[in-house]
Amino acid sequence: MAVDYATLKKGGFMRQKQKNNFSLRLRVVGGNLTAKQLAKIAEVAENFGDGYVHLTSRQSVEIPFIKVDDVENVKEALAQGDVEPGVCGPRVRTITACQGMAICPSGCIDTYALAKELDDRYFARELPHKFKFGITGCQNNCLKAEENDLGIKGGIKVDWKESACIGCGVCVKACRQNAITLKDGKITVDKSKCNFCGRCFKACPTDAWDTVNGYIVSFGGLFGNSINKGETIIPFIEDKEKLLKICDTAIKFFEENAKPSERFKFTVDRVGKEKFKEKILEAYNG
Amino acid sequence: MADFIIDDTVDITDVVCPTTFVKAKVALEELDEGQILSIKMNDGEPVQNVPRSIKEEGHKILKLIDNEDGTYDLIVEKVGDE
Repeated sequence: MAVDYATLKKGGFMRQKQKNNFSLRLRVVGGNLTAKQLAKIAEVAENFGDGYVHLTSRQSVEIPFIKVDDVENVKEALAQGDVEPGVCGPRVRTITACQGMAICPSGCIDTYALAKELDDRYFARELPHKFKFGITGCQNNCLKAEENDLGIKGGIKVDWKESACIGCGVCVKACRQNAITLKDGKITVDKSKCNFCGRCFKACPTDAWDTVNGYIVSFGGLFGNSINKGETIIPFIEDKEKLLKICDTAIKFFEENAKPSERFKFTVDRVGKEKFKEKILEAYNG
Repeated sequence: MADFIIDDTVDITDVVCPTTFVKAKVALEELDEGQILSIKMNDGEPVQNVPRSIKEEGHKILKLIDNEDGTYDLIVEKVGDE
């Protein structure tokens, strides 16, 4: 029987240099694996692979040296440990995420919950070319949001709460954008400088800020043969439904306009940045 | 704003992160609940980050004073006694 490489690749089996061997990419969401999954992965690597795994650059796990004849047995064994094969090829790839506000003191959004939601909504969706989502919890950008076709960065929008302020001046120095001034006991925030990092709020001894946690989205990032930093073309997004609508719009634009094997950035460039921005702004304002 | 009486001072301008915070923390440990520590720190990274770390430890920040010589005094009231 001829080996159907396209189907195998879709199911996460990457053809190796060594004939009839595959490196099996697994489905990982937001960089988390349970102890049960890890135990099963270890067992499969031992029984069907070469006794080791490779950690990919995008938070996935690959088990190299899976034999073509074992593919079905391997899938079955993995399923017992709640592990599924991942995907390669022209579709929505692993949704990557940092640990976010559930774990990290710097986090401004629940990155893992969002990664799960995006994974449920889009994972493995067929598209003209690969499409990568990355979610980072704050301006520290540990997850490098702008490398992705669609990058999401958590932020905090602040409004000074005069009644709770003791005028200590900590926020003025905590702000790395020099957006805050304190004069005669009053705080002024230069909104044009604020990057939503939330450091003023996090450092404030009396929490004298009204806050909205939200999202900064970038489009068209690439970090392979061509390198491009994803661009932010819309303002701070305050609610998740709006964020999802914007993601839907971006994917739809890609689906409808991209040529086969054309990355998102090049589709936007070819069809027109203004045209894309118009669609995204419609979703933002609508 | 109410004035405060400083019970102790610590100078962390001679160390770098993360020792800045550690030195301040050790100084706070020497105090009793409600006592006030003045922490002298450099502009830049220390004044950006040390106040937040002190807050996260649960202490009460009262004031940040600009000494106008590239250093700041952070006035902290100790909360909790272990």
